[in-house]
Amino acid sequence: MAPGSPPDPAIAAMKLNERSLAFYATCDAPVDNAGFLYKKGGRHAAYHRRWFVLRGNMLFYFEDAASREPVGVIILEGCTVELVEAAEEFAFAVRFAGTRARTYVLAAESQAAMEGWVKALSRASFDYLRLVVRELEQQLAAVRGGGGMALPQPQSLPSAPAPVPALPLPRRPSALPPKENGCAVWSTEATFRPGPEPPPPPPRRRASAPHGPLDVAPFARLHECYGQEIRALRGQWLSSRVQP
Amino acid sequence: MRYNEKELQALSRQPAEMAAELGMRGPKKGSVLKRRLVKLVVNFLFYFRTDEAEPVGALLLERCRVIREEPGAFSISFIEDPERKYHFECSSEEQCQEWMEALRRASYEFMRRSLIFYRNEIRKVTGKDPLEQFGISEEARFQLSGLQA
Repeated sequence: MAPGSPPDPAIAAMKLNERSLAFYATCDAPVDNAGFLYKKGGRHAAYHRRWFVLRGNMLFYFEDAASREPVGVIILEGCTVELVEAAEEFAFAVRFAGTRARTYVLAAESQAAMEGWVKALSRASFDYLRLVVRELEQQLAAVRGGGGMALPQPQSLPSAPAPVPALPLPRRPSALPPKENGCAVWSTEATFRPGPEPPPPPPRRRASAPHGPLDVAPFARLHECYGQEIRALRGQWLSSRVQP
Repeated sequence: MRYNEKELQALSRQPAEMAAELGMRGPKKGSVLKRRLVKLVVNFLFYFRTDEAEPVGALLLERCRVIREEPGAFSISFIEDPERKYHFECSSEEQCQEWMEALRRASYEFMRRSLIFYRNEIRKVTGKDPLEQFGISEEARFQLSGLQA
């Protein structure tokens, strides 16, 4: 059941093999990330400290690290991972598309932990994994078939890419390093007050597919595209300041 | 266990790797065979009543075993409880074979093993790590040590 929404008596809840999920959550194999995070209960609810375990495209959360069964799971397909402005330090959000979609606001206990989680979660979807596998499949076929030792240039992937910024953008204190090519985007929730500070950096383009961080278009073209966007945003910002 | 049902429902509407109307019988004793629209999307198997838009249910396909049952039929069970089987009946031997192969390769863990395999093969041939150009060579999830049994 989606937490917080009243059950509709006319429609039975969707069945899910929860027992198997619980076993997958607690099996012995290495996890993709684990640690304590604070999870916001709802829009106006308090944060609860939970033990989170990321395995594949499933983000499980437990009462604590010793619990045998998860309290819940967040299925990570079709989401974006964003930094957010929140009362809580080191906060980030897992946001799903669609009307009435839930946004999970989480907070880590350190800057490093937050960055680690944002990276891990941005790359957690099955879709993303499949894109990488297909790319490698092609590369292997090419190096075997071509007979050469050189690694072929990777093809542009079909999904719309999130461009890696080429320019050193003015950054908020909680920004990720520029080499990050995951899907962290600037949250649209942050309020912007025109003032002496520089304009906010432009939001990263959201990929139309859940993840498209593997853009390998020519650097010069990316540089130009990004530059145009920044010029446009700066123009808007400047004109908004001029208004009486 | 709580889960984001809306998102799972949205996922069930995504383009499927495989979709077909099959006979399906649940694991409970005395379950009856029912016609279901069965849809494979990423590592989930959704099943719908043939005239409905929302799925009756979903199976996460991690740590599962896909076994041939009688001709034209197969079952899905999970490592922790191999006797608890979801039965599926296909309209032909060919369809049965197709589904079994697709389901065996459908898990995230299988996909991860494939990635590690390709990465190593490419490294062997070229001497270079293909993940470096994507900036993900240090990702924990793509290391050999991350492999499950």
